[in-house]
Amino acid sequence: MIQVERIYKSFNGIPVLKGITFQVQKSEILALIGGSGQGKSVILKHIVGLMKPDEGHVFIEGKDICHLKGNALEEIRGRIGFLFQSNALFTSFTVYENVAFPLREKTHLSEEEIRQRVMDQLEQVGLSGAENKYPAELSGGMMKRTAFARALVQNPEIMLFDEPTTGLDPIIARTILDLIHSLHARLGFTAIIVSHELSRIFQIAHRVAMIHQGTLRMIGTPEEILTSGDPVVRQFVSGASEGPITFY
Amino acid sequence: MNWISQIGVITLFSIERIGRMGLFLVRAFLCAITPPFKSSWMLKQVWFIGSQSTLVIFLTGAFSGMVLGLQGFYTLNRFGSVALLGPMVALSLIKELGPVLSALMVTGRAGSAITAEIGIMRTTEQIDAIELMGLNPFRYLIVPKLIAGIIALPLLTAIFDVVGIFGGYLIGGKLLGVGEGTYFGEMAAYVRIQDILEGIYKSLSFGILMTWVCCYKGYYAGFGAEGVSKATTQAVVLSSVLILFWDYIMTSLLF
Repeated sequence: MIQVERIYKSFNGIPVLKGITFQVQKSEILALIGGSGQGKSVILKHIVGLMKPDEGHVFIEGKDICHLKGNALEEIRGRIGFLFQSNALFTSFTVYENVAFPLREKTHLSEEEIRQRVMDQLEQVGLSGAENKYPAELSGGMMKRTAFARALVQNPEIMLFDEPTTGLDPIIARTILDLIHSLHARLGFTAIIVSHELSRIFQIAHRVAMIHQGTLRMIGTPEEILTSGDPVVRQFVSGASEGPITFY
Repeated sequence: MNWISQIGVITLFSIERIGRMGLFLVRAFLCAITPPFKSSWMLKQVWFIGSQSTLVIFLTGAFSGMVLGLQGFYTLNRFGSVALLGPMVALSLIKELGPVLSALMVTGRAGSAITAEIGIMRTTEQIDAIELMGLNPFRYLIVPKLIAGIIALPLLTAIFDVVGIFGGYLIGGKLLGVGEGTYFGEMAAYVRIQDILEGIYKSLSFGILMTWVCCYKGYYAGFGAEGVSKATTQAVVLSSVLILFWDYIMTSLLF
């Protein structure tokens, strides 16, 4: 379904991605793990075409998104939901208006049908009753749920989650990951999750890929990652301060 | 050779920036003339750029007209030509001060807000979110502001001119004794329709210039609070300088 092929990306001459290659199958959940600044979010932005690689390709169902433009790009993007790290909610819109926005602008549904879809979506993410609130009036967890509802409202086949639990307390973080898990079970979307919430992500993901220094250090099932003999993977998974991963 | 290569780098950088700004405007106009049109977004911007600037334009116009009335009276009095106070105030306002000061005031009030708003939307990934919904952010963020600038600036300039003319009369006529008939009569005799059109053309072009620069700077704002504040400052400074520069070009072309 998603095929990332040898992508290279540099910013101001500093290489961030150095030939990343992996594939994600339909309905699979792949977790991307790795230290901060290793290029995980950059990979997600390449998958949706927000960034173009210096070299390499990203195929979504056989179509190279790096070379798509106009309607073809819009059509592919319409099948992808993206949960931003910052939520990217429109601050001048209410929760309802945020979730309704893509339906109002992209579909020909009547206002009544839109209302039904939005309210169903808000119920799915546990936000019934909050539809008239503005983002500034919401807690971190509620903002994340709103962004999740907006990303899901067009029934995407692919969901990309960019650090969905960053900045949330452990209970809410766990709730968000549980929500992703339960909605995946119900809707069957293909997902890539960038997260540092390792204990829960290892339970949810079918496979885990570790990105280190711009390369794919290891990809495998959670069990394979947890039992890996690679000292870099082992140090990251255990969270040990001593080891080959150095911090500056 | 080092300084030659430095000049080359700066030249290439400047050309690239100018080209990118030009393409930004072309893209905005292309979106403006092709459906879907976002009229409700545009009306909101007309309200923000236009209606909300009325008070500041009213005050600036009033004081500019009053100063012109005062300065004009004493200057013309030296030559025994106080009867020409009305045309002097009106022509100064209609041809120059009205369009330029209105544009500068709107740049300070609305232009800075436009850059900050778009810049924050950029840094908080709201623009990326619009793109990922398969929508064109230009239709929602840039075109409504550009059209609103084109509509609002001439109207605000007209308010500025009218208020300024009455401000001039308040000082010249009511305070310093120039007759109402003389003030307005001479004005009607000397001010031609071409003078009014010149002011309208200028304010139209300033409306495009201000929204173009401010939207562009916001759209390509750097990261974080520092990036947005830098973009806002640059937008106001660049817009103001370009307005004055373009005013000179237009004046020399329209005379």
